[in-house]
Amino acid sequence: MVWSPKIVALAVGMAIAVPGAQAAERTLLNVSYDPTRELYQDVNAAFGQRWKAQTGDDLKVNQSHGGSGKQARSVIDGLEADVVTLALAWDIDAIAQKGGLLDAGWQARLPYNSAPYTSTIVFLVRQGNPKAIKDWGDLAKPGVQVITPNPKTSGGARWNYLAAWGWALGAFGNDPAKAEAFVADLFRNVPVLDSGARAATNTFAQRGLGDVLLAWENEAILALRELGGGFEIVAPSLSILAEPSVAVVDKVADKKRNRPAAEAYLKFLYTPEGQEIVARHHFRPRDPDIAKKYAKDFPAIRLFTIDELFGGWQKAQRDHFADGGSFDRVMARK
Amino acid sequence: MARRIATGDPTPVRWLLITVALGFLAVFLVLPLVAVLAEAFAKGVGAWWVALSGEDSRAAIRLTLIVAAIAVPLNVAFGLCASWAVAKYDFPGKSLLVSLIDLPFSVSPVISGLVWVLLFGAQGLLGPWLQAHDLKVVFAIPGIVLATVFVTFPFVARELIPLMEEQGRDEEEAAIVLGAGGLRTFWSVTLPNVKWGLLYGVLLCNARAMGEFGAVSVVSGHIRGLTNTMPLHVEILYNEYDFVGAFAVASLLALLAVVTLAAKTGLEWWHRDEIAASRRH
Amino acid sequence: MTAAARAGFRRVIPGFGPTLGLTLAYLSLVVLIPLAALLMKAAGMTPSQWLATLSDERMLAALRLSFGGALAAATINGVFGLLVAWVLVRYPFPGRKVVDAMVDLPFALPTAVAGIALTALWAPNGWIGKLLPFKVAFTPLGVMIAMIFIGLPFVVRSIEPVLEDVDQELEEAAASLGASRWQSFRMIVLPAIAPALLTGFSLAFARAVGEYGSVIFIAGNLPGVSEIAPLLIVTRLEQYDMVGATAIATIMLLVSFALLLLVNGVQKWHRERMGG
Repeated sequence: MVWSPKIVALAVGMAIAVPGAQAAERTLLNVSYDPTRELYQDVNAAFGQRWKAQTGDDLKVNQSHGGSGKQARSVIDGLEADVVTLALAWDIDAIAQKGGLLDAGWQARLPYNSAPYTSTIVFLVRQGNPKAIKDWGDLAKPGVQVITPNPKTSGGARWNYLAAWGWALGAFGNDPAKAEAFVADLFRNVPVLDSGARAATNTFAQRGLGDVLLAWENEAILALRELGGGFEIVAPSLSILAEPSVAVVDKVADKKRNRPAAEAYLKFLYTPEGQEIVARHHFRPRDPDIAKKYAKDFPAIRLFTIDELFGGWQKAQRDHFADGGSFDRVMARK
Repeated sequence: MARRIATGDPTPVRWLLITVALGFLAVFLVLPLVAVLAEAFAKGVGAWWVALSGEDSRAAIRLTLIVAAIAVPLNVAFGLCASWAVAKYDFPGKSLLVSLIDLPFSVSPVISGLVWVLLFGAQGLLGPWLQAHDLKVVFAIPGIVLATVFVTFPFVARELIPLMEEQGRDEEEAAIVLGAGGLRTFWSVTLPNVKWGLLYGVLLCNARAMGEFGAVSVVSGHIRGLTNTMPLHVEILYNEYDFVGAFAVASLLALLAVVTLAAKTGLEWWHRDEIAASRRH
Repeated sequence: MTAAARAGFRRVIPGFGPTLGLTLAYLSLVVLIPLAALLMKAAGMTPSQWLATLSDERMLAALRLSFGGALAAATINGVFGLLVAWVLVRYPFPGRKVVDAMVDLPFALPTAVAGIALTALWAPNGWIGKLLPFKVAFTPLGVMIAMIFIGLPFVVRSIEPVLEDVDQELEEAAASLGASRWQSFRMIVLPAIAPALLTGFSLAFARAVGEYGSVIFIAGNLPGVSEIAPLLIVTRLEQYDMVGATAIATIMLLVSFALLLLVNGVQKWHRERMGG
């Protein structure tokens, strides 16, 4: 048995020594949410070329994807992201507040609330729309099955939830109690709450569950393309302007001496080239010219912002998704 | 020991029971395996191979092998130590020790990952110290190794403890009395007696180490090409609507499981006389 | 006194110090210290935080599902595991070796793979789900299916060796005295394998309670209906609620450990009673 202490010591040594190994080449880590996988594959390639042309340096951007909340949690716990590109501002706020890794005023640092692209929430229904789903009101009818992920864990699901709530406020004379009753009726029709947007799409498309999927617009278009026929997109009369936010994680980027690259990377998203890539991946571009060019890809939906109807993410989170918030009450009513 | 043939059960009862048992196994064990393989090869062997030879898939396979190559030897060394200590000596608290060794079996994998985040995460107990020294544990390879070691911790020890206890201490005591040293006794008396159990423990430990999902998922950080193991890569591909890819990687893991079981059965078959002999002690 | 004297005598074999020392050191490093970190975190909770956690309806439902589902799955595994072990030990049939090896499949198959495969089978449009008039995947039934899958080998592998050792001459004697097969099974075989059955049952139960990877794919994850406790831990983490996550983890950990102590205690008691 004399060798075993040596082996233990060696292995423990290895376990501690390994991390230094990756420091040699210049890499950025972009921690993002689920539906941006394809987008950032293209962005990273294009930015890598541009960075090389400008500075002569090679740069590799590594990607991590997952539920927005889970990703933020990992960054707080030490996942060394130079930039985060998450589903909602609230998750980046959490990194600022709980992790202290970036400045609380991060959202003012880049144009358009630090959201270089937007999206909205639409319906994906089965071919021919057999349940005749036209607008939010149809989702709460008996006999309709709605698939949406869990708002507690999924950023997309929170936009879904607020979009439904916002429509109901308009439809029922701005009465929060009536809006809550409507959302409760809607969630009575939800048979499965997946933890993320992608899992919900799989449940709807692959497992054949449900009549309608509430989805990011870009997800719905992608699903239409990737998963073949059998589906169509229904645009509701009113929806929410979803603003996925991006930010440089100051402490990490400074520590890894990556700040110039990290900042250039996020700014690249606002350039015409970046906006083109964004539009090709079915996110709505901010740049007016590019938006005009791709206008036919995006149905005209009346959109409201979270600030207009819910007073920003901090308040929306507290009112609706924190423990004891409206979502908990809705689920208790089921 | 050779299995004896029951004489008492009437043939119809026997066949009924066999049918029910096999039916149960077919539905609960065989069908899932078949489903994985069917999906993996749904678009032919070519698509399967393309999915496996992608850069990210290769990186995931490499990482999984590295993690298993560190975790399994550690747990083998520990398993030998622990089973020797438990089986060859009496001491107070032995029952508690055995329970503690078993503990990772029944701890939820999620908790097995969470504890390392609590310990080494940026908000954890040792987090600030690690950051001050620029050491990365969670969301890097060391964290994945630690979570895997935790989850596969009991496999070898559990396989060996009952075996060593069954064999008693007489042979070792005889060897010692005859003048052999402790180490020599272990190498030439104990180890030959338990080598098949040990091998089986190693195989299972390895299969679990390569296949662990929940615990590794909590500590991995999911960085493509860097900290994704094969099971995590399965989930990622699945979430990218790349079902052939997901099931291709899954089929590799399933094949690993089948090879593990075949190796175990083969070994038992080739060495059945030796195994029977060591059992008789 | 006698125990101590015997222990002294037993230590003819050298190496007690190093092996036990190494075992304890490694056990502490890999298992005990990390789990202590969890308990420390939980110990930092105030009584009112505990009260809030313990009275949370959603968490209670998740724990009920995890423990209830595990209990049901372990019971089914107890019955069918015993049957499988019996068939494998007592009846020779072609391909028995292969079937015997297959039993370990859930040990070796990664849980995520199992989860995807089980969902593909039991979803409403899956191979099995298509044939059933009711829903299995995305309901508590689906949770149970996954738990049955991962728990089965524990029961079979616990019973098999003991069943092999049951002296069939006793059964033959009973038969010659006029006992029916069922009577001799109940009076002779069952008592002999009962502790092994209990061990297998408890291991299958403990494993099922904590199972995550294979369950989340098939569960549907509706809070209060098909959301398991480990998933709720993950959910709490994602809501930045470390305290809530730790509390559930601690409860599960303590129950698991109590169960293990109980099983090892029963086994020890049984061994001593049998003069082993």
